[in-house]
Amino acid sequence: MSEPTTSDLVDVQIDGVWHQFPKGTRIIEACRQVGVEVPHYCYHPKLSSPGNCRMCLVQMGTPPRTAPGAEPTAPDETGHLPISWSPRPIIACANTVSPNLGIRTKGDLVDDCRKGVLEFLLANHPLDCPICDKAGECGLQEYSMEHGVGQSTFRERKVKKPKNVDVGPRIRLDDERCIMCSRCIRFVDEIVDDPVLGFTDRGSYTTLMVYPGRELANNYSLNTVDICPVGALTSNDFRFQMRVWFMRETKTIDTNCATGCNITVYARENKIYRVMPRRNNEVNSDWMPDSHRLSFHWIDGEDRLSDPMLKAEGGFRTANWIEVIKAAAKRLSGLSGDQIAIVASARMTNEELYVVSKLAKQLGSELLATVPRQGEPDGYLISADRNPNTNGARLILGEKAVSGGLDRVKSAIQQGQIKALLVFQEDLIADTGLDGVSLKKLDFLLVAHSCANETTAIADIAVPAACWAEVSGTMINGTGRLQRLNKALEGPGQTLPVWEIARDLLRALGSDDNCQSVTEIFRHLADDVAEFKGVAWGQIGDQGMPLIETGEIIPLLERERERKAAGIIVG
Amino acid sequence: MSKIVQRPKLKWSERLYLPAIFGGMKVTLRHFFAILTRKKKVTMQYPEEKWDAHLPNHYRGAPTLVMDEHGRERCVACQLCEFICPPRAITIHPEEIASDEKWAKVEKRPKTFEIDMARCIYCGLCQEVCPEQAIFLRKDYVVVGHSREEMVHDKKRLYELGQTMDGLVHKWNELK
Repeated sequence: MSEPTTSDLVDVQIDGVWHQFPKGTRIIEACRQVGVEVPHYCYHPKLSSPGNCRMCLVQMGTPPRTAPGAEPTAPDETGHLPISWSPRPIIACANTVSPNLGIRTKGDLVDDCRKGVLEFLLANHPLDCPICDKAGECGLQEYSMEHGVGQSTFRERKVKKPKNVDVGPRIRLDDERCIMCSRCIRFVDEIVDDPVLGFTDRGSYTTLMVYPGRELANNYSLNTVDICPVGALTSNDFRFQMRVWFMRETKTIDTNCATGCNITVYARENKIYRVMPRRNNEVNSDWMPDSHRLSFHWIDGEDRLSDPMLKAEGGFRTANWIEVIKAAAKRLSGLSGDQIAIVASARMTNEELYVVSKLAKQLGSELLATVPRQGEPDGYLISADRNPNTNGARLILGEKAVSGGLDRVKSAIQQGQIKALLVFQEDLIADTGLDGVSLKKLDFLLVAHSCANETTAIADIAVPAACWAEVSGTMINGTGRLQRLNKALEGPGQTLPVWEIARDLLRALGSDDNCQSVTEIFRHLADDVAEFKGVAWGQIGDQGMPLIETGEIIPLLERERERKAAGIIVG
Repeated sequence: MSKIVQRPKLKWSERLYLPAIFGGMKVTLRHFFAILTRKKKVTMQYPEEKWDAHLPNHYRGAPTLVMDEHGRERCVACQLCEFICPPRAITIHPEEIASDEKWAKVEKRPKTFEIDMARCIYCGLCQEVCPEQAIFLRKDYVVVGHSREEMVHDKKRLYELGQTMDGLVHKWNELK
């Protein structure tokens, strides 16, 4: 889009101060841009604006019309015409700015409107905030505190509606709490093309329903819970698990596919309770798939490795890191480079991959591989590549490691050329078709993984590695965007991130490499790998930055851009 | 501003101190014989006798959970007391009430509710913050245990101590 020229800008007065906005800007967005919040329920920048909640009413004024034959009013010394205020309020969400427009978001008229709207919304709303999952982040609670009357004049019986309705496999609906903003209806219709929700009945009896015989079951259904301004739609997974005010928020990214949806992790006392999408208009808009959102439960599972394990008589014994690293270095030091292979994971961060690549250099090993994961793209946000950092692995380990690397490692193992294999964050038996028999041919197998699995069971040394929620670092998504992960949890027991494990091995093998933090590794990485040249950690930010061109597109974003260009949504 | 106090000039009898000592002795002995002859009683035979009858209504003893007059547990596990508790003595794990149970309408109740009495400082903020009038500081002040675990009151013990409280706001009626 080209920069707006001066003639595309219009003068608008907001709460007594003149500003300039491009033509076509919604009044609510104009106010937001200058730091004036207009309360709203039905408006959402990524959805169409039906203007049905009436919460965003503001007072509007235009220049007085000149009577026929009269002299037009002259502009004042600032070049603005006087404003004659309309006695009738307008909605800020669906109206756009016009030249010399005046907007008042405060004052008696606006205050009365807000009080009235809130009183009507609360007339039938149950007072079950103590059990409602939305309490603490509820739009109705917040605006009632800010703009409400505090007391109800409603003396009649409240309208009874269905509660605890099972509308889909992951969602529960409470119709009494619904304030009929229709965000969920518009979301399933406009974004995920699964229009199963709608209103029935009229007036006070308007009820949100799922189409008879259908379910709200699409893979994006939980986004309706996020955009619901009240507790009408709640997630079965999160229902009654934790009150929102207890949880600590960490901004990070999803690692279930190459899209790398931006997310916020909500955790309390080292346990994740929910994951929510975070706005990034270049990656995931405001949404994320349910399958990715709910895939965090294994993190506090029973099968997490918590201590380094050494093979001993009839099984394993737990050991400490010093012992294990010494033992591994001893087993590796006698071997030449072509007897050692390394399988890393494209689920690891760039920093982890970089230290592993250094380890490969130190060992003189040329056989490096990652495990590819391909699936069907869903045409919305899920990419065909189910590894989150294939692009990072390609840049840091080299193209050879990513394409065909695994086949070369496999055949070298089967031919018996390989004596030692180091595996980072991959379960070879479950995910690559390598069987235990050929892996047992190896003299030495070291596996660093977050969970105990079939591969760790036959390893000589199995060590606990931190998972995506327990590390900070960077990844490059399918479209070539460099994005940051932030550590939300501490790993169980003696767990260490892969970069620390690889660094300790490096040092035990005689290297003087002594990186102490991911930011330090990133600095070395930026010096070393051409594509990262000149990029500083602090530059990446919460929204990431484009790093390379891959030509891949995210279908949902393409459709969003079309709708934005057509003026249907704000974007 | 300082004030100068003149030291009183004592007579020679006063400087001996003996009259004052005997005066004090007289008071002590009077009480001694009154108690000895059971004319006066100052010792409370705790724990056989207790102070309970003298406790004022606003006395803050052990926090407890109470039922309403229909036998419903008033607590809905909103966890506000857990949030406000200054020494973090309260731990709650909520659960959903099954749809075939009598109070399914309430939807939520505590699965476990624990107050660590070794941590509790009897401040009463839990009672003050409770939106359901479910937690009250009762008059129990004898909280003992042989181990730290015994000092943790679980849900069963909290209801034992709290029992039923009538005449409170009834929030979960049919009209709500």
